[in-house]
Amino acid sequence: MNAAEDRAYDNSELDVSGRENDQMDQYLTFIMASEEYGVDILSVQEIRGWESVTPIPNAPSHVKGVINLRGTIVPIIDLRQRFGLENVEYGPLTVVIVLKVATRKGARVMGIVVDAVSDVYSLAGDDMKSAPDLGDHVNTQYIKGLVNVNSKMVILLDINELLGADTIPDVSINAIKELKESQH
Amino acid sequence: MSIDLSQFHQVFFEESFEGLQVMESSLLELDCENVDSETINSIFRAAHSIKGSSSTFGFAEVAEFTHVLETLLDQVREGTRQLLPDHVDLLLQSVDCLRGMLTALQAQETVDTAQSSVLIQAFNDILEGRQPVTQSASTPDGTGSEQSVADASHSAEASDAHLDAAADTETITWHIRFVPDINLLRTGNEPLRMFRELAELGELEVQVDAGKVPDLALLHPEECHLIWDMHLTTIRPQSDIEEIFEWVVDDSDISISATAGVFSGGPAAIPETSVSDPVATSPVESAEATPATPLPAASTAGAGKAAKPQASKPAASAGSGKGSESTSIRVAIEKIDNLVNLVGELVITQSMLGQLGSEFDVSKLQKLQEGLAQLEHNTRELQESVMRIRMLPISFTFSRFPRMVRDLSKQLGKKIELKLLGEQTELDKTVMEKIGDPLVHLVRNALDHGLETPKDRRAAGKPETGTITLNAFHQGGNIIIEIIDDGKGLNREKILAKARNNGVIGENEVLSDEQIQELIFQPGFSTAEQVTDVSGRGVGMDVVRRNIQELNGSIEVKSIEGEGSTFTIRLPLTLAILDGQLIDVGRQTFIIPLVSIVESLQPDMSLINHVAGGCDVFRLRDEYIPIIKLWEIFGVEPRTNNLAESLLVVVEVGNAKVALVVDDLLGQQQVVIKSMETNYKKVDGISGATILGDGTVSLILDITDLIHMAGVHQQSKNGLKLVASKTRAA
Amino acid sequence: MTKILAVDDSASMRQMVSFTLQGAGYEVVEACDGQDAFNKAKLGGVDLVLSDVNMPVMDGITLIKNLRTLPNYKFTPILMLTTESAADKKSEGKAAGATGWIVKPFNPDQLLNTIKKVLG
Repeated sequence: MNAAEDRAYDNSELDVSGRENDQMDQYLTFIMASEEYGVDILSVQEIRGWESVTPIPNAPSHVKGVINLRGTIVPIIDLRQRFGLENVEYGPLTVVIVLKVATRKGARVMGIVVDAVSDVYSLAGDDMKSAPDLGDHVNTQYIKGLVNVNSKMVILLDINELLGADTIPDVSINAIKELKESQH
Repeated sequence: MSIDLSQFHQVFFEESFEGLQVMESSLLELDCENVDSETINSIFRAAHSIKGSSSTFGFAEVAEFTHVLETLLDQVREGTRQLLPDHVDLLLQSVDCLRGMLTALQAQETVDTAQSSVLIQAFNDILEGRQPVTQSASTPDGTGSEQSVADASHSAEASDAHLDAAADTETITWHIRFVPDINLLRTGNEPLRMFRELAELGELEVQVDAGKVPDLALLHPEECHLIWDMHLTTIRPQSDIEEIFEWVVDDSDISISATAGVFSGGPAAIPETSVSDPVATSPVESAEATPATPLPAASTAGAGKAAKPQASKPAASAGSGKGSESTSIRVAIEKIDNLVNLVGELVITQSMLGQLGSEFDVSKLQKLQEGLAQLEHNTRELQESVMRIRMLPISFTFSRFPRMVRDLSKQLGKKIELKLLGEQTELDKTVMEKIGDPLVHLVRNALDHGLETPKDRRAAGKPETGTITLNAFHQGGNIIIEIIDDGKGLNREKILAKARNNGVIGENEVLSDEQIQELIFQPGFSTAEQVTDVSGRGVGMDVVRRNIQELNGSIEVKSIEGEGSTFTIRLPLTLAILDGQLIDVGRQTFIIPLVSIVESLQPDMSLINHVAGGCDVFRLRDEYIPIIKLWEIFGVEPRTNNLAESLLVVVEVGNAKVALVVDDLLGQQQVVIKSMETNYKKVDGISGATILGDGTVSLILDITDLIHMAGVHQQSKNGLKLVASKTRAA
Repeated sequence: MTKILAVDDSASMRQMVSFTLQGAGYEVVEACDGQDAFNKAKLGGVDLVLSDVNMPVMDGITLIKNLRTLPNYKFTPILMLTTESAADKKSEGKAAGATGWIVKPFNPDQLLNTIKKVLG
């Protein structure tokens, strides 16, 4: 836990790059299977190193378990597994991003396990392309939009849709691939 | 400065609900023939208080309604109206109606005023219909928001109407003569204040007339003998001037008359002294624009304590912030004080230990141990005190029953006396909130099915009036609540017949009285021949039992036919902490609530039978107990699947016993219960989580749930039958 | 700092009054009935008393009468908080020695304006 604590840092210290503008939203991005994803930085509570969790009986495989976050019980979700990506061993770079998620039952705190934290971008609303409708078989509700930063494609996630819904939306990496291809 | 009044709403709702509670219980106590003045006063005060604060916080519907209530109550209180039983009924209905309105407002819903309008009408009929009473307090003006500054106008000489009408646009010079009551200063009123306010309205000239001042020898310094003549040139209406004298107009002589009018923007009128003063007037400099009019200090007794410098610091933001939407709790100040003391002690212990640590050597080991013991003592006391903050007397729950019993006994045509004992027994607020419904159900049942009609009671040689007793007391770490009736008791034969009918027991099974009485807690078991309004609304005793078990409590019944029944509920004092047994299953540590553990043992394989359907049963003395393999139910890799190498923990919920297979028994400890639902959701078989000494999370088993998950749900005299195959979540 | 004694059996009204006055830089002492107020008043230092009328234990009128018997409270402004319907309460209060009244319902601004006028 100490090691995790050492590496945990407050989001205020994150390097804020890109254009400075009050009108812009800031996104924290992270890497998973070489893709870069972004979440609204206002929903990020803290970033911690991976530490062992207490498994929850009969939970879906992407719910790794719960941890003690300063006295509250916080579930940890493996986003790779959530997206149907292949499992990887957790390594020293593996981080848990603790997010505040709005649900119909009020705000919830959850952690997501990702490969590594990448960057912080300031983005204006018109930088973002909305996710195209790929038909009924692909659920894109949890994708807020796509954005090009330095000729990289970043997928902005709507964490409230992704983690807050009662029923878990059908998320698969194929949908994301399809989405990316439709942009080219 | 604008203040967000909504921050006070939560307190307003709480105190209003309390006020309604007071009204209700006092109304139930009232004897119409002989109205107790203290009782009617407290009812009046509660209504008055709700009216005052609801209007302040902008809840006009509530204010309007309580206004008519208050009017009637005031008349009763003053003895100008005889209180009738109908009035009490109407008032009780109003309490219900107000409670509904306040609940809706609290939930920020729109208030349905249909019922309150009907009730207001009923009150108005009473107030207007019969004996005319002094109408001093009954001028229902609808919103109740009009301020009656008009009081002042009747004594002030009415000026010409055309002047009044033109006052908006015209500058008028008013002559004001102020002959104060000699006791003016003794009411804390200050002529200087009035002059200051007048000066703010326009250009003021003040002349003091000291002619009435007696000889110095006779002069009492607290009396006011001065008379003032003033000329005020202002664009403001006469009512503004009258308002300044509002507080003194009844006792003093004040005349206000217009002397000259000039169009606004024109030069200020030259004052004319139109009133001839018999005595010499001493001139006082005109006020001009300066707000305060200096007066010779000696001339007024009160002048010495004139305006004080006013500290006008900007709003020191009281850190209270926004009133949170969550419910709050009122805590007796002694509890807080006690807590503060304990924290003080803790700080002392901590500094002692800190000092010890900074210069420690082995010779001080003894001292260290003492210090640690003290720390443990402090911590435990602190914990207990903190828990006590959540504790409220059970009277909060009991208080609803007098009303309920009154209404129901009317409805059922029964005579019932309700006895409440141990009302000051405290229990956790959350437990209290959750035990309310089961208690209501049990009391309804006792009224409806337990107690007989007066006729039947007479026939049975009992007094006509039946008794229901609610008794609460502490026993160990539990609170016991008994619901006792002296009615007809449970009908053994009827229950047996019903159970046979439902196939709960076999045709020829023989049951003890205790076992028969247990049957009423089975699902779908109601012996009432007909479903009545009062009870039997589909909620059975099984639900009552389940609700109580969810609180880690239990319920049992003892009944003697013809003499009555006693239901005994046993509840933990708090839901926040439990005594737990730590166990290992595979590599995980779980916690079993200690209260549900009957015993732990190493299984004797010869006593274990495999039952068709895939479940093992263990014979413990003369009972057969189903075995639940926790590793299987939880999908955990076990250390061994050989029962002989495992341990069995026999747990009991209600009368259902099961044996849990665990890998190891660890220590017992008190754990603080944390919710899984806050950030996740309810997990089958788990009631919550806790944080162990090393900071890791451990899950607490939900025994009721586990029994359900294992597919054990029917009981016969031979213990538990296993029905259906084990259900396991994927 | 100017000290005001705020007396009301309603906690919400007391909080509202207190919050408003403290926000304007006054020091506020709260009391929940007449007796409580009288005890607190005796400790001294109160520049103005603001009291509800209908209260348990000791009502506002009695409180005013009692306060006027204390040498320190002979001239202290005492304002009643009263409802518009209780006209007779006003005269009763005046007779007991009240300086004036503030009619319920009032909003924080009305309260402050009146207090400022009285305290100058």
